[in-house]
Amino acid sequence: MSTATTPPNSGQPHNCAHAHAHDHAHGHGHPHPHPHSHSDDDATPPLAAVQDIHFTYSGSAEPVLRGASLALRPGRRIGLLGHNGSGKSTLLHLLMGLLRPQSGRVLHRGVPLVSETRKTREADFVPLRREVGFLFQNSDDQLFCPTVLEDVAFGPLNHGASPAEARAVAEATLERLGFAGFGSRVTHRLSGGEKKMIALAAVLAMQPQALLLDEPTNDLDPHTRDRLIAILAAHSPTHLIISHDWDFLAHTCDSFLTVQDGAVRTATHTPHTHVHTHTGGDVHHHHG
Amino acid sequence: MLDEPFSRGASRLHLADPRCKLVAALAFAVCAALLRSPGPAALALLTGAALCLWARLPLPRLLRRLAAVNVFVAFLWLFLPFSLPGAPLLRIGPFPGLPDWLAPNWLSLTATDAGVAQALLVTLKSNAIVLAFIALAGTSDITAVGHAVARLGLPDKLALLLLFTWRQLHVVAQEYHRLRTAAKVRGFTPGTDLHTYRTYANMAGMVLVRSFDRAERVGQAMRLRGFAGRFHMLAEPAGRPGDRLLAAVIILCAAALLAADILQPLAGLP
Repeated sequence: MSTATTPPNSGQPHNCAHAHAHDHAHGHGHPHPHPHSHSDDDATPPLAAVQDIHFTYSGSAEPVLRGASLALRPGRRIGLLGHNGSGKSTLLHLLMGLLRPQSGRVLHRGVPLVSETRKTREADFVPLRREVGFLFQNSDDQLFCPTVLEDVAFGPLNHGASPAEARAVAEATLERLGFAGFGSRVTHRLSGGEKKMIALAAVLAMQPQALLLDEPTNDLDPHTRDRLIAILAAHSPTHLIISHDWDFLAHTCDSFLTVQDGAVRTATHTPHTHVHTHTGGDVHHHHG
Repeated sequence: MLDEPFSRGASRLHLADPRCKLVAALAFAVCAALLRSPGPAALALLTGAALCLWARLPLPRLLRRLAAVNVFVAFLWLFLPFSLPGAPLLRIGPFPGLPDWLAPNWLSLTATDAGVAQALLVTLKSNAIVLAFIALAGTSDITAVGHAVARLGLPDKLALLLLFTWRQLHVVAQEYHRLRTAAKVRGFTPGTDLHTYRTYANMAGMVLVRSFDRAERVGQAMRLRGFAGRFHMLAEPAGRPGDRLLAAVIILCAAALLAADILQPLAGLP
């Protein structure tokens, strides 16, 4: 957003305080520049929710989640914080039906998919997965077709689109994200940032109502990170993002939760102004 | 990483429907494998080479691929000439000059004409089949071959097994390279000591465990995108109008070679 340009003669460590103070001024208290009107009406069931989830990995004595609850409502843009191993990713995997909790409920638009009283089948999660797109932490896990176009078209094809429709959707999605002409590129030869964006295109091509993103800014250079922020602002009205990147969360989310002691709580610290100094200030660069 | 160098190209064979090519390759392989005399086998080899020429495959890579196959054939040449009865061509030993305890009288090997003919036949046939498969099956990428297998009416499970084996090979190779680099940057140089063996054993274990984990995550990602056990092709294999004719011609050639091979002794030809 703010660009720190410095006189060419300053080869010394450079103080970015001015840029940062300005940048975070409006981020303070109101992290997102465009506050969303939440549909906080509790009468309409959330798009997806977990309730009172208890989960322990097999072979582990310590439970990861102890009574965690989370609801994803249309229009909400949630940042999910928590230190490594606190169970953030586990929570999302439970929500998507990739893991089954020992107790607790998973709901899709108020319909229980996992609960004490019913036996859950893989097929139960199909409607939820259609509406909620999940971006994996590691894009290599997600891209598996030889070419970009095939990968982006994979979801639409699975959901019954004809090859022509799937191709059209895939090409339109790539163009929307600024990757027109990438269709015939070989996926495993893309750069890390490109892989992340193509994986995102593959999720967006399924036209989900909401996105779950697991540490999307890992390994992204500042330019690609800015691009991701712009794409999320333009195309993602509802999402939940796991990240340790406070600055990124401040730009993309308007409410913040944290996973602590196996439960989800409202985050006590919100993004704040900070001042930092670093070398390389004479190189043209961006700050979030 | 693992590459499919022969699948890229624009020759007539590259453009042909992979189903037709697969059927032709299979028929050719069966016919070639049944040949019993060197004449038709040599013709089969010529046919294979002609197909490769037609596909305009890069010669150095093709020769390297053939060399790999002929390592196995070389082992046959070590044993086969000496293990069939026939007129002796070459005799190694006994060695009267050497003391008896080093080279006893019975230590001798005799290569026979029948043995050499057999080894030659195997060499001709195996190279013919490999060339034909490279020219026919190798000119489509593995995804197209997988789909062709499914569309030929073979069980979906077999096609999926083929596709996933290929995909998983990449994953395993990647993990191995990553670990090897990690070991190298920490100063590991392989030798012939216990440390080396232990390191390699650990690496093999880690490759397996990590590949398993990754396979699990790839599977999850696929399920999240609605995969339910069936691959859908984005591009229906286009094919050309003459593909069936092309396959028929190749199959007929192979059948003709086999017929010649069978009829040869009946006609009293050498």
